[in-house]
Amino acid sequence: MKMRKLLAVTLLLAFVLVMTAGCGGTDANKTETKPAATDAAEVILGANFELSGAVAVYGQTKMNGVEIAIDEINKAGGILGKQVKLIKYDNKGDDAEALSLTTRLMTEDKIVTMLGPVTSGRVMVAVPVSEQFKIPLVTGTGTAAAITVADGKVNQYAFRICYTDEYQGKLAGKFAATSLGGKTAAMLVNQNDDYSIGLSEAFKTTFEENGGKVIEQVSFTNDDVNFNTALTKIIATNPDVLYVPAYYEQDALIAKQARELGYTKPIIGGDGWDSADYLLQTAGAAALQEVYFVNHYFSGDAEPAVKAFVDAYTAKYNETPSSFSALGYDTAMFVKDAIERAGSLDPVAIRDAMAATKEFKGITGNLAMGENHDPIKSAVIISFDADGKPILKEKLQ
Amino acid sequence: MEQFYVFLQQMVNGISLGSIYALIALGYTMVYGIIKLINFAHGDIYMVGAFVGYFAINYLHVGFFGSLFIAMAACVLLGILIERIAYKPLRNATRIAALITAIGVSFLLEYTTVFALGAQSRAFPEVLGNIRFGFFGNKVFITNKELLIYGVTLALMVLLQFIVKKTKTGKAMRAVAFDRDAAMLMGVNIDNTISATFALGSALAGAAGVLVGIYYSAISPLMGMNPGLKAFVAAVLGGIGSIPGAALGGVLMGVIETMVIAYGQSTFRDAVAFAILIIILIIKPSGIFGSNAREKV
Repeated sequence: MKMRKLLAVTLLLAFVLVMTAGCGGTDANKTETKPAATDAAEVILGANFELSGAVAVYGQTKMNGVEIAIDEINKAGGILGKQVKLIKYDNKGDDAEALSLTTRLMTEDKIVTMLGPVTSGRVMVAVPVSEQFKIPLVTGTGTAAAITVADGKVNQYAFRICYTDEYQGKLAGKFAATSLGGKTAAMLVNQNDDYSIGLSEAFKTTFEENGGKVIEQVSFTNDDVNFNTALTKIIATNPDVLYVPAYYEQDALIAKQARELGYTKPIIGGDGWDSADYLLQTAGAAALQEVYFVNHYFSGDAEPAVKAFVDAYTAKYNETPSSFSALGYDTAMFVKDAIERAGSLDPVAIRDAMAATKEFKGITGNLAMGENHDPIKSAVIISFDADGKPILKEKLQ
Repeated sequence: MEQFYVFLQQMVNGISLGSIYALIALGYTMVYGIIKLINFAHGDIYMVGAFVGYFAINYLHVGFFGSLFIAMAACVLLGILIERIAYKPLRNATRIAALITAIGVSFLLEYTTVFALGAQSRAFPEVLGNIRFGFFGNKVFITNKELLIYGVTLALMVLLQFIVKKTKTGKAMRAVAFDRDAAMLMGVNIDNTISATFALGSALAGAAGVLVGIYYSAISPLMGMNPGLKAFVAAVLGGIGSIPGAALGGVLMGVIETMVIAYGQSTFRDAVAFAILIIILIIKPSGIFGSNAREKV
């Protein structure tokens, strides 16, 4: 009997310990401790990023880009003569975390603008909070349409600086029909993925508006590695171009298997293809000939601003910056630009300045803010040279 | 005629995919035959085989056959280890307890690999080059990799059949599968025989892992989940416990899946695979070769 009581007490203690440890965990999110205080001597920005979890790579590379920008801004004297302080939190790719961290940044930490989150789902969770506290939120990479426009109404405090899924699908469709002169196209679409479906629909519409015809569409799922059957079916219809709106892990396999089956015509993709190293390792240079994908920027661009950013990034992190890094950098720079034009640290004034952006020069192209808070900006088409190194094929407006 | 060549090309694709399923299904069926356990960790042994092959080629520079051998050897050890640690203590427990343990082992292998190596896919090194052989005036192609898959699969199946039918260990395996208690009374070492079964099955899964790495050139820690399930359906289709059944079931699954994509809706591919499972379980639960077979391993 005594033993049993002892056991019960021990278990209870263990339970309490686990619970408190669990609660303590939330504090550990805070990469930088900073008591809630409005210090007019500095500009406080918040970052609510996916720094761990399934999409950690996206969050981290984007954060690297943001940090390069903040360093640069502070070295050049800050914004409106004040140093910038960035408060970073990790939402772990989790909706609930993203929500509570947004609230915390906008209430306790007294930020003037929030950067992030990185992926569309998390941004959509954060948007209502920013509307409630009237503090602007800028995502560099959330591409879902509903972030900026919900139920036909523009979210007043939500902005993005990357193009939407629909926009890049349209660009790819136009490129296929005009620059490549394609008359027929086939599409290989991930049926489990909104990104893939969104791109394919926009591609189809634009390609057909420009005189082409989509003659075959085959779907696949997230964990497919064998595309031989789908590709054999597609190749039998002999399309002029093959559109593959998917992510690089599967894109590499598709390119390789398509070439092995004897398909030599163009393969076109979206920004999901953006991992030149992985493509080259997996598919090989020969398979990447006649591959074109729409991207946000080209890391080998001769443009001085791009080159300076790529050099600074490579020196600090020892890798070529991805589009995520470049968009992270542009997000921070866009916020700086808006605050300077607003001339004050009032979040509402900053919001107005963001909405009124006419010409912001970024690494990922020049940008004007559209009335739906979706940017009107340029894109690039990347292709590959004989050694499988990425090259700039075209700049699109 | 053009349609016929496309059909032949799809058959080539289907048999390649089916060969992989067959190699995995053999391990399922052997283990089931001997201890009546559906070893859900089997698909993950296949994944470990692929990773061992990847490291063998990249760091030991052993070439294709070397990496195949090392991966098979590593999987033999892993299979025996799993059996001794996780399944042996439960040999007289309920079957549901053993089944749940198998699912546990599966997750353990998957997420240990994710923890150690990261969740992202890796490019499998290209060791064989890419040669295509054309037939019918270059209307139908078979690649060197596909020929290799057919060859290695066939060779391993012949070898397995030889071991099971002609060797002493094979005889012991058949005896244990037939009647474990009687075999024990006749002096068969049950523990060693069961270990040998796991070893053989795991070796085949390891080989399948390397073949897939070579064929698709990408591997990831969760790559075993889906093929594992499909191979399980293949084993049931052929008649679980039957070796020729698993081989035929695997090839059939691969071909059916391919034909659903080629001539039906690609969206329904997995639905068709599992609909087949349900239909077999209703109409002929013992599978194609499973009817009253007295001899199971």
